[in-house]
Amino acid sequence: MNDRDRHWLTTPQAIRRLWLGYLVVLVLTVLPDLFVAQYEHFGIDDEFGFYAGYGFLACAAMVVAAKLLGKWLKRPDDYYER
Amino acid sequence: MSVSFPPALLLLLGALLLPLCRGRVRTALLLGLPLLALAAAWGVPDGSALRVDFLGLELEPVRGSGVARLFATVFALMAFAGTLFALGQSRLLEQVAALVYAGGALGVTFAGDLVTLFVFWELMAIGSTLVIWAAGTPAAYRASFRYLMIHLLGGVVLMAGIAGQYVETGSIAFTAMQADSLARWLILAGFLVNVGAPPLSTWIPDAYPEASPSGAVFLSAFTTKTAVFTLLVGFPGTTLLVWVGLWMIFYGIIYALLENDMRRILAYSIVNQVGFMVCGIGIGTAMALNGAAAHAFAHIIYKALLLMSAGAVLYMTGRRKCSELGGLFQSMPLTTLCGTIGALAISSFPFTSGFVSKSMITQAAVDQHLATVWFLLIAASAGVFLHAGIKFPWFVFFQKDSGLRPPDPPWNMRAAMVLFAFLCIALGVFPQPLYALLPHPVEYVPYTAAHLVSQFQLLLFSGLAFFVLLPLMRRTETISLDFDWFYRVAGKRLALALLRRGAQSRARVVGLLGARAGRLLDGLFRTHGPHGVLARTSPTGSMVLWVAVLLATLLLASYL
Repeated sequence: MNDRDRHWLTTPQAIRRLWLGYLVVLVLTVLPDLFVAQYEHFGIDDEFGFYAGYGFLACAAMVVAAKLLGKWLKRPDDYYER
Repeated sequence: MSVSFPPALLLLLGALLLPLCRGRVRTALLLGLPLLALAAAWGVPDGSALRVDFLGLELEPVRGSGVARLFATVFALMAFAGTLFALGQSRLLEQVAALVYAGGALGVTFAGDLVTLFVFWELMAIGSTLVIWAAGTPAAYRASFRYLMIHLLGGVVLMAGIAGQYVETGSIAFTAMQADSLARWLILAGFLVNVGAPPLSTWIPDAYPEASPSGAVFLSAFTTKTAVFTLLVGFPGTTLLVWVGLWMIFYGIIYALLENDMRRILAYSIVNQVGFMVCGIGIGTAMALNGAAAHAFAHIIYKALLLMSAGAVLYMTGRRKCSELGGLFQSMPLTTLCGTIGALAISSFPFTSGFVSKSMITQAAVDQHLATVWFLLIAASAGVFLHAGIKFPWFVFFQKDSGLRPPDPPWNMRAAMVLFAFLCIALGVFPQPLYALLPHPVEYVPYTAAHLVSQFQLLLFSGLAFFVLLPLMRRTETISLDFDWFYRVAGKRLALALLRRGAQSRARVVGLLGARAGRLLDGLFRTHGPHGVLARTSPTGSMVLWVAVLLATLLLASYL
């Protein structure tokens, strides 16, 4: 497929812009923590950027856990047909 | 109008009419029956609407309540959208089976006693098995039998529990119970099999992805959510359910992350979402039960929508593996949009239905000061966005260009998707009608500045984690071993080994004692072997069947 057939969303410039836009949105979601008070229920859940950091770390942990379990559990997808 | 017949009968009897008509009449029946059933469900008054004496048991085939109406409403809506999606694409067998299946689910929601519940429960098992079978492939045939075995097992456990409950208490009323006797533990176990609890959760990802594009849509809605309903009514506040639910939540996420088949990803995420409901039922406060009920309502709609978009892709491309898909947004814009709305709703994105339902469950954990549960639920909410909210649309509609350029699916599939996409957003923006249907008065405000900020942070940073860690999630053409390995591989090996040993032993006995011993063994095998007269279960089986037929006749006769 040549470049003219490519959907505009799949060009490298567009992808770079999407990343940039995404990073801006990420910053915008954390900034309100400076003036919107989060309720404190369990000690640390009202810290600045708690949900951002916790969400990122939780996801990273789950991806790594899945990756490790996958080494043990994954089989070719015709495993039961053989 | 006050309805005193089970609304399920409309679907069950209507299903029998389907083979007799064709063309427009059949279409009208398929679309009209669920709407009629919906109207009938709303006509059922609160409290007992029908009592029947049967063999000394007092049955309550129709008992109305707020929570029954809530589940009946979404089941009927689902049956309507499902048949709309299936029009023209699915086989007659699937359509009949789907209506029976939906009828079974509707019957359970209005069951006032455990025997009625059990009859509709088993109808669901039969209907859903036939829905899987109707896909017509050898893989679907085998999967439907594994599915049936699990559900018959669950049914037997449930029946044993109901019988024990009757012997112990003399009552078969279906009301809130405590798991404090063997009989009630068995009832709980029977419900848990259908809800997809460990260790048997595997029946969901094993069977659902083998159904036809429309079959999987029906399957996603009824069995697990009927079980959620029975847990909600029967075992609210059972602490064990908190941990069962949390296990299901993380099981669903981890396996979905490993999975390559797009509909199996969604099947794992059913276990995950139902886990949130089970956890809420375990917490058991008014807020938690409201959350579980609301989440079931919202979930049926967005999960059906997700499976419709996956079904549309499968129908148009014939492919089901993420590794063979991608770039479809270019030629299937409407399917991409609807699938993405479903993905946002399942992730509890603000202004979608998941946001106003799931957050009640986490709020209940806060109110009860359950710190561990709350931290796990929040991590899991992030994980939902990871495994379903982004992974599904990303690998199916975006990622690399697969070169496929299928158009959007036929009008009826598009209409069903648009209807449910609309509902996902409408429920998220205007939650009040849903809140008004919940079992307890709602004192919850989903849209506060703090909640919006925390949810956006949580989800968008989960998204960041997804794209940063994308290299770790490269699709491989694999499946993941699960509990079904024990009955699909280990059990088979064991049986074959025993068979071989048996043949060897027989040969040795004959060698030692002569041919007469062989004849004696053959005689024993004839009477006691798997097909022997003395090993038959048919007298019990046929008795149960005829009692059920008698019951059905009596039920029908009581209206004439």
